[in-house]
Amino acid sequence: MKAVITVTGKDNVGIIAGVSALCADKGANILDITQSVLSEYFAMIMLADIDTLSIPFADFVDLLAAYGNDRGLVVSAMHEDIFNTMHHI
Amino acid sequence: MLNTADILETISMIRQENLDIRTITMGISLFDCVSEDENRLCDKIYDKITKSAEHLVQTGIDIEKQYGIPIVNKRVSVTPISLIGGTISPEGYIKIAQTLDRAADTLGINFIGGFSALVHKGFTVGAQNLISVIPYALRDTNKVCSSVNVATTKAGINMDAVKLMGSTIRKTAELTADRDSIGCAKLVVFANVPQDNPFMAGAFHGIGEPETVINVGVSGPGVVSSAIERAGDCDLSTLADIIKKTAFKITRVGQLVAGEAASRLGVPFGIVDLSLAPTPAIGDSVARILENMGLESCGCHGTTAALAMLNDAVKKGGVMASSHVGGLSGAFIPVSEDEGMIAAVASGNLSIEKLEAMTAVCSVGLDMIAIPGDTTEEVISAIIADEISIGVANTKTTAVRVIPVIGKDVGETVSFGGLLGYAPIIPLRTASPAKFIHRGGRIPAPIHSLKN
Repeated sequence: MKAVITVTGKDNVGIIAGVSALCADKGANILDITQSVLSEYFAMIMLADIDTLSIPFADFVDLLAAYGNDRGLVVSAMHEDIFNTMHHI
Repeated sequence: MLNTADILETISMIRQENLDIRTITMGISLFDCVSEDENRLCDKIYDKITKSAEHLVQTGIDIEKQYGIPIVNKRVSVTPISLIGGTISPEGYIKIAQTLDRAADTLGINFIGGFSALVHKGFTVGAQNLISVIPYALRDTNKVCSSVNVATTKAGINMDAVKLMGSTIRKTAELTADRDSIGCAKLVVFANVPQDNPFMAGAFHGIGEPETVINVGVSGPGVVSSAIERAGDCDLSTLADIIKKTAFKITRVGQLVAGEAASRLGVPFGIVDLSLAPTPAIGDSVARILENMGLESCGCHGTTAALAMLNDAVKKGGVMASSHVGGLSGAFIPVSEDEGMIAAVASGNLSIEKLEAMTAVCSVGLDMIAIPGDTTEEVISAIIADEISIGVANTKTTAVRVIPVIGKDVGETVSFGGLLGYAPIIPLRTASPAKFIHRGGRIPAPIHSLKN
């Protein structure tokens, strides 16, 4: 199973490092990563393998959201199926 | 494979355009609860519901987390209670309503539907007893929803039932007058009622349904509205295509969630209901879709045509996205639950006559319309008769959920709170239909050849 992690908000030092560290800590293997900064606005999309997560996915979602909240970022993790079903026949 | 644009589109639908799953509704058969002892009957009903739907709310929350999409309501619908209660006393029926309410509280769901009767051809003793206590049941409970089917295209219209429902709505309004007659917001009168509808107040678990089933209702007026806005000055063929594509995406999410909920709960998947369901929130309005299509205000001439096109395109897009479609499946046009409809009524651009015309081309009917508190029961019955006739003649579902707000009149506003929203009181015709309504009897089923 894969999850799509998105991070949006004001650009700052260490956003990728922080989110990546959290993924590593909880056993999510990052497969792909794309990011852009548009007039100080940071947007990152990460694809991660969640089969090896050490905690339930729902807890991982809460953890990322809380991490974002503390830093003025919106961080979400969603199962890839929602994107696959919506955009592929 | 996934691409960035698709991911961002989905996320913006959820975050900016209010895309959500409106409801996961578990249908539960209560046939095995039948008992001639009303206390035993209530105990069995309580046990069956709380056991069958024990994990419903938690499952909804878990799926919400997994896919990152809000699931606004978790609900239960049950077999029409008049079929379960049989000949128990009217007081027994009130006890059942209270039992349903208690079960809903235990489960943590926000509504339970099925305090219902099907009387399109005539009344059983059970149906009569149930309908006689609807006003009291709705006064004494918070989460119980009631519906009565008074007509079908094959049976015609039971005008005795239409007359009775006029007085039942009036009585319900009076008994809940201290809460702006909110009891009437939980009571709906149907023609051609669907048996697998997940939306309240009209949900019940039909007689051909399995023991338990999961039905899902999607939402997404905001998503459709934004897509139309982005399309700019295109022609209507292009617009219909855009609506279809958007409806496809919305419905796919509904199908995904329905399948996941069914498999986690070990319950068969029933249907996805394709209805566009608005809320009173800004950016979640069906009326604003119609205005984005080019109308100055919802309710102006052209509204029926725009709504017909919207409704048809939503179905065409949605049907391909889901393995089983059912329920009401069409654009909802409730007044108090739709910010744009509220504004259109308040500005005088949307009348009850136009709303009635709109219901001929979409589901579900005259919905959540606040009417003056001094409206007579005959006028309410006549509103029902008109609306139900549209459904019967057109072989479609129509329904009436009007709220005579006791103590309030045209020019005033009533607020029901939450998803039920708020509404200005709409003016009605005042000439009397009393003699027609008091005739009673049945309007015969319409002929379905010689179409014109």
